[in-house]
Amino acid sequence: MSMRLFVSRDAGAVAVGADEVALALAQAAAKRGVTVDIVRTGSRGMYWLEPLVEVATPQGRIAFGPVTEADVPSLLDALASNTPHLLRLGATDEIPWLKRQTRLTFARCGVIDPRSLDDYRAHGGYKGFERALSLGPDAILNEVTASGLRGRGGAGFPTGIKWKTVAQAKADRKFIVCNADEGDSGTFADRMIMEGDPFLVIEGMTTAGITVGATKGYIYIRSEYPHAVEAMNAAILAAKRGGYLGDKIGGSTYNFDMEVRVGAGAYVCGEETSLLESLEGRRGIVRAKPPLPAHHGLFGKPTVINNVLSFAAIPFILAEGAKAYADFGMGRSRGTMPIQLAGNIRHGGLFETAFGVTLGELVDDIGGGTATGRPVRAVQVGGPLGAYFPRALFDTPFDYEAFAARDGLIGHGGIVVFDDSVDMRRQARFAMEFCAVESCGKCTPCRIGSTRGVETIEKIINGERVHENLALVEDLCNTMKFGSLCALGGFTPYPVLSALKHFREDFVPAPTTLQAAE
Amino acid sequence: MTTPYEARYEPWDEARGAEIIAEHARQEGATLVILHALQEAFGYVPEAAIPMIAQALNLSRAEVHGVFTFYHDFRHKPAGRHVLKLCRAEACQAAGGDALAARAESKLGVSLGHTTADDRVTLEPIYCLGLCATAPSAMLDGRLIGRLDEKRLDALVAEAQR
Repeated sequence: MSMRLFVSRDAGAVAVGADEVALALAQAAAKRGVTVDIVRTGSRGMYWLEPLVEVATPQGRIAFGPVTEADVPSLLDALASNTPHLLRLGATDEIPWLKRQTRLTFARCGVIDPRSLDDYRAHGGYKGFERALSLGPDAILNEVTASGLRGRGGAGFPTGIKWKTVAQAKADRKFIVCNADEGDSGTFADRMIMEGDPFLVIEGMTTAGITVGATKGYIYIRSEYPHAVEAMNAAILAAKRGGYLGDKIGGSTYNFDMEVRVGAGAYVCGEETSLLESLEGRRGIVRAKPPLPAHHGLFGKPTVINNVLSFAAIPFILAEGAKAYADFGMGRSRGTMPIQLAGNIRHGGLFETAFGVTLGELVDDIGGGTATGRPVRAVQVGGPLGAYFPRALFDTPFDYEAFAARDGLIGHGGIVVFDDSVDMRRQARFAMEFCAVESCGKCTPCRIGSTRGVETIEKIINGERVHENLALVEDLCNTMKFGSLCALGGFTPYPVLSALKHFREDFVPAPTTLQAAE
Repeated sequence: MTTPYEARYEPWDEARGAEIIAEHARQEGATLVILHALQEAFGYVPEAAIPMIAQALNLSRAEVHGVFTFYHDFRHKPAGRHVLKLCRAEACQAAGGDALAARAESKLGVSLGHTTADDRVTLEPIYCLGLCATAPSAMLDGRLIGRLDEKRLDALVAEAQR
């Protein structure tokens, strides 16, 4: 007999033993004289079930998980005799957590072999690009604009406008830069898509290239993501061999080539101008804007710089049309957002859904509360520069404007859950510490403010003139918020001020009975 | 199994260094690419390589030094035989990473960012491995480990000390 099995090669799955499970499956099957074809896919994003093993059946894929090496013999028994198994989850597509999602960007992630261009094409890959070729640059711009897509890196700037600005700029050279410096804790969507569906990112960047008239692209990946670097390099090579990168791509008259560049552990390089400096081989010092990168970007040339997820959304928009994308979402937040549930959470992973789902639904219902089983006390949304939300704000819908209205941001879509053992003073101090370590040093509010912030919060923790120091921290946060050059210094106040506002009891000692009696 | 330092890196050699620099020097914005390539070969970027890079790229020595020192990744001297990185970012903090980091520090007798006196283990913080749904996480010489707990951490520390 022969079997086709699927085991993820995603770093998150590998970190919990997917390689060992795949090896054990191959060895045990060989011993039994069973032919197995083990396809190493990306992850489905249900990390609590990793390592997930799927088997192809005439009725579709059946999932088992989380599988350990020790489970392999019994799993093979169950598969051979078609009998029940304790880890059997049923048909993968019917797993409620997956079924509830709207996977437009992540449709292929966890399904296909990310090393295979043929597999990508067999699952609708390059369909959007082919339509883009037939449309031509102006019509592509109209589609991207009409889709309502906004930059998924966090700033939420309309992608269509950015592309149009670069398309209209006159220059001898233009560039496409993909920001894959996903440094926010609690986010891993870029990593997942680069590892699980890398051709999608290439297709999105290539489409941007033909639209604005750029022939060269760079994808800047953080060094903490070696698996993503490897996956992107392999995919770029395969795309070149397949005629999808290089000269006359896809049989068209366009040329477009791209390469991977690796970061070097500086968080601030996720900021677009700092990233461009780094790509040029310099210190990742933020540039003042204007001029915008769209006019004066990489090597001084007009540059489209977008997040991985923005580029990854493009192929769907072009394949299915702007309306199919814009029909999802709420208000000015159109389409879907790959939301990442992380930290102390029972069902952590990637959940792609239309904008509008509430924070409470995401944390309690979809995420299943904390992994420790203790009550959820705080959730940080949008990475180290995002606000801490208390349960009282769990009715906030996932939408750029709704989060901004509550002094927060959705950022890159990461949600980190904390239980009731969290000390919010420490989290506030950490936000300042992180800013102090990672500041590029160009502007004073960020460089000096963060260090003064650490010291002042330290004093509050030690009980020194608590009320005066709290006022000082608030004042400092305002200076940083309005006086910093980029989001690092400008947004560090979000976690600090939200901790102060919503979790005041952690900062101000409870009044003693004597004071209360007065 | 992890590979010890000496098996992964070659000793610094000027001619070999020059060869690596020349290999990448023609790329646009090559400074980081070269620094990475040197570190990949030697395990760190020797001070002697800085003027060599400057000359190859027609930059001032100060400029290359500035780039070299800006980024956390680049090592000024060799690390210990094994490098254990613990993720210290928020998602791992939420999942009990603080206590695990303290445990690793006490087991190894060094604080984060330092190498044990016998040069066996370098213990470092890392700010997010992107394994935030299987937190806390760690990396031992490039191998990823998720769902870290006391038992797994102790095994990692023991492995690194071997």
